Amino acid sequence: MTMLGDRQQLAYIAAQAADARVNVELETEGMTLNIGPQHPATHGTLRIIARLDGEQVVWAEPSAGYMHRGYEKLTEVRTFPQVTTLINRIDWLGSFANEVPFILAAEKLMEVEAPPRAQYIRTILFELSRIANVSLFLGDLGVQLGAVTPVFLAFRDREYVLNLIESATGGRFHPNFDRIGGLKDDLPKGFIDETKAVMKKLRTFCDTMEDLLFGNEIFQTRTRGIGVIPKDVALSYGLSGANLRASGVDWDLRRDQSLPMAWNKAEWKVWTHPDGDSFARCWIRLQEVREATKIVDQLIDTMPAGPVMAKVPRIIKVPEGEAWVSTENPLGEMGYYVVSKGDTGPFRVKIRSASFNNVSITPWVLKGVFVPDIITVLASLYFILGDIDR
Amino acid sequence: MVRVSDVIAEIPGDLLREGFVADLRRHLGDAVEDHVLKPGDDLWVRVATSSWKAAGDAVKAMGFDYFCFLSAIDWMPSPFGKGEDDPTAPPPERDDTIRQGYAGGSTRFQVFARVSSSRHKVGITLKVDVPESMVVDSWIAVYAGANWHEREAHEMFGIGFAGHNDLRNMYLPMEFEGHPLRKDFPLLARMVKPWPGIVDVEPLPGVASDEEDAS
Repeated sequence: MTMLGDRQQLAYIAAQAADARVNVELETEGMTLNIGPQHPATHGTLRIIARLDGEQVVWAEPSAGYMHRGYEKLTEVRTFPQVTTLINRIDWLGSFANEVPFILAAEKLMEVEAPPRAQYIRTILFELSRIANVSLFLGDLGVQLGAVTPVFLAFRDREYVLNLIESATGGRFHPNFDRIGGLKDDLPKGFIDETKAVMKKLRTFCDTMEDLLFGNEIFQTRTRGIGVIPKDVALSYGLSGANLRASGVDWDLRRDQSLPMAWNKAEWKVWTHPDGDSFARCWIRLQEVREATKIVDQLIDTMPAGPVMAKVPRIIKVPEGEAWVSTENPLGEMGYYVVSKGDTGPFRVKIRSASFNNVSITPWVLKGVFVPDIITVLASLYFILGDIDR
Repeated sequence: MVRVSDVIAEIPGDLLREGFVADLRRHLGDAVEDHVLKPGDDLWVRVATSSWKAAGDAVKAMGFDYFCFLSAIDWMPSPFGKGEDDPTAPPPERDDTIRQGYAGGSTRFQVFARVSSSRHKVGITLKVDVPESMVVDSWIAVYAGANWHEREAHEMFGIGFAGHNDLRNMYLPMEFEGHPLRKDFPLLARMVKPWPGIVDVEPLPGVASDEEDAS
């Protein structure tokens, strides 16, 4: 490295200052780039308006609301059991996981607890929907970066999990299987063996993905050090799930709160990553699929026998009160604030969805990134449109 | 390796929540109007309207660094019920007394927010009455994530947030009139066509009625 002499250094500074003056005088109008609402990179109808300076984003604003279905208003005219049909359409890739916190909130108000077997089956189906959801994310991630192979692998292996969910619940995407007090049905015959085989396949899928995608040099250069979100910013925007753990916050609602579910009956690990960049967020999700297969494997071995439904009246009236229950869904913290007035239906339901908070950070995180990185940063934040707009 | 079950056993409970109430009273004094602590469940605190921003600062200083959500609630019972009335019959009498939920209150609208501590893994729900002017302080300077939540509350309930200067609609066109989540905003889909779902609750033939079933 050569040292610049004083004279050279001064000349350099003078030249820089002159350049800056010219730039100010000839300030060019920034370009406004509109991405979406229909764009393959936004998987859904999220529209992003970005103002560019050359290749760099100086300001970006997501525009949601192309898919607002007004679920909070609709819940007010439904009965409690009817609400699950609506809410499993919020995050449609992990729909069973949407039903669980609402049912748990209603059970909390009614002071009912599902029998142990139902708690195990709920947890198993919850983790299966996580696997189905996040494995599709891993495949989709490749597409955003221009790699086509991962998405085919993901769709193939997700199908096995969807078949499992279908065999148990009858629905591939919208199971509507959770009931206040338990579950609609027990698991079908052959589910245990089938699940074990599928979990093995999914672990192989994770290994393949780790080699194919995470070990890929292009993938690494395009995600490492890009879209870094520090811990305190992530927390103040309410980021949750893998996005938060990728910023180094060791917080998983499956472990850190006591719910009548079976997560604490299995041994598994909560992964965190210190970097907070796009790579970390994707990597955490890959590890979560692995851990989820472990949870399912262990729970299916230790599942107790017994009924799957507690004794509840046929017409459900929930006592007056307020309850908040949130769980660690595939996308992050998903919670329901349920207010009941002692009626058959809720008085008010506030749906706290993970993607709403996760996407609200985009104006902050996209500032200063380059145009192609908009795609990778958005992909790594991972949102589902129905989960933003509700 | 730390066993997951061990960590769950260590989760701090109601003692910690009691400590938070005491802390909050020390920070805010009389501005803490009421609180409800349900053992083993959750904590609700209602603060005075003038101290809403101060309450945000106080909980942040107390270590509640994670912003969960902010929303509002309209405590007036819906004048339309569930929209299942017979349109030809005269409208039924409905109870229209406003009863606030946990931690009380005196106004029809309340803003409530939930924040959590990433260290203790414990959350707290804060509530505030919305005065006649329909304006409360914004939390945007305390928690950056409050931005979209306040926009949503403004759009859905018509509540203003002093200090938030970008209260654009998130979902609806800007020209839209009315605030959909207010109870006196009718759900038009139910008004134009009676809801068929009511049929489902009729007992099947040969099945005992519900009153007998429940007892």
